[in-house]
Amino acid sequence: MGSCCYSPSPSSSHLLATDFFSWGFKSSKLPFLQKRRFDRSQRASKICGYYGLRTPPYKLDALEPYMSLKTLEMHWGGHHRNYVEGLNKQLEKNDILYGFTMDELVKVTYNNGNPLPEFNNAAQVWNHDFFWESMQPGGGDMPKLGVLQQIEKDFGSFTNFREKFVEAALTLFGSGWVWLVLKKEERRLAVIKTSNGICPLVWDDIPIISLDMWEHAYYLDYKNDKGKYVNVFMNHLVSWNAAMARMARAEAFVNLGEPKIPIA
Amino acid sequence: MQLHHQKHHQTYITNYNKALEQLDQALAKADSSSIVQLQSAIKFNGGGHINHSIFWKNLAPIREGGGEPSKASLGWAIDTQFGSLKALIQRVNAEGAALQGSGWVWLALDKELKKLSVQTTANQDPLVTKGSALVPLFGIDVWEHAYYLQYKNVKADYLKNIWKVINWKYASEVYEKENL
Repeated sequence: MGSCCYSPSPSSSHLLATDFFSWGFKSSKLPFLQKRRFDRSQRASKICGYYGLRTPPYKLDALEPYMSLKTLEMHWGGHHRNYVEGLNKQLEKNDILYGFTMDELVKVTYNNGNPLPEFNNAAQVWNHDFFWESMQPGGGDMPKLGVLQQIEKDFGSFTNFREKFVEAALTLFGSGWVWLVLKKEERRLAVIKTSNGICPLVWDDIPIISLDMWEHAYYLDYKNDKGKYVNVFMNHLVSWNAAMARMARAEAFVNLGEPKIPIA
Repeated sequence: MQLHHQKHHQTYITNYNKALEQLDQALAKADSSSIVQLQSAIKFNGGGHINHSIFWKNLAPIREGGGEPSKASLGWAIDTQFGSLKALIQRVNAEGAALQGSGWVWLALDKELKKLSVQTTANQDPLVTKGSALVPLFGIDVWEHAYYLQYKNVKADYLKNIWKVINWKYASEVYEKENL
C-alpha cells in the first residue's frame, strides 16, 4: 500500500487520489505529517482519499436462482453502495483517517470496543466486499485439499462443521454475520457469529468465509425462511475456491503445523 | 403485514413457549446453568412477542382513525415537551434512521419523572430494559422484515408513511391511564 499514483480501475476499492501534488501524499502511515505539510496550500488543491464500490467477481444475475438478480441489485447496488457513500461522506470531514487500507480502517475505527462513528460504514463495506467474494456461481459442494484437511482436523468432519455453521446462522439474534475464521492465537478454525457490522478482523482473526444474516440479504428471495437461505448458501453458493486462496494467505501469518525440527 | 404477523410474530411465540418449557424443566431440576443460558432466548423471543403485541395495537387503518393526532392530554404533553407533533415525528424518524441493525423506536412515558421520551431498543429488547419506569405509548418496528417487501432499503420512506396509520387513540388511553 505505498503507491500514490494510482489509476482507478472499476474493481478497486483502494484510495483514489485526485488532484494530488507530485511532491505530496507519500507515506500512508504518517497522516499527521501530511496534514502539516499541506496546511498552507489547502486552498490551492485538496487531497481526497475515497473508497470505491467494488463490483462482485461475477455478473449480478450469475447467482440465480439461489440469489436473485433483484437481491443483488438491492443488496449491492443499494445497501453496499450506501455504506460506501456514507463512509466517504464521513471521511470528507475527518483527515486523520485518510490513508488507511480498508483492513486498517476497520481495526482503527473499532477503537478496541468503543467504535468511532465511521466504524459501522467501514466495517460493513469490508464485510460486503468479503461476502461477495465468498460466493461464486456453481459454488457449494465440498472444499478440497488443505482447507478440507484443516476443517476435518478442527471440526472432526465436514458434516460437523456444516451443522455448526448452519446452527450459528439460525441462532443469531437480530442482524449479523456468520463466519468461518482462522483463529490466530489458537491456530485453528472456528465458526463465530457477530452482531450488526462487527467483523473478526477486529480481534485479529482471519476470516475465511462469511454469510450475511441481515434480513435484507435474504428477505426478497426467502422471506423469513432463514433455514432455506442458509442451506442454499452451503449447497450452491459458498466459494471454497475463495476459501482456499484465503487459507493460503492466512498460512503466512499463522503457523498451522508443527515445525519439523530435525533432531541432530 | 400477513407475513409479519403470521410468520415472524408466530415464530417468536413458538420459540418463547419452547424456551419457557425448557425453563420449567430446568427449574424443576434446579439446573442453574441451563436456567441462565435460557435467559437470552427468553429475552429475545419473549421480547419479540411483547413488542409485536404492542405494535399491532399501535396501528389502525386510516378509516378507523389511524394517523389522527391525539387532541387530549397526550397531544398537549407532546406540544409542551417537543414543541410540536412535527418535531416529535422528526425526532422519532431520526432515531429510527440512525439505528444500526435491528431494533425498535418508542415513544415512552417515564412514570417516575412524568415525562415523555423517545427511546430506541436493540433487537427485541423490550422497552423496560431501558428503564423500569418506562411505559410504551407506541413503538415502531425498524427490523428490516417490517418494511423490506414494500419499501426495500428506503427506511426513511417507511418511517415517513407509518405515521399515517399510528393509532393515537390507543396511545392516549395508555398515557392517561399511566400518567396518574
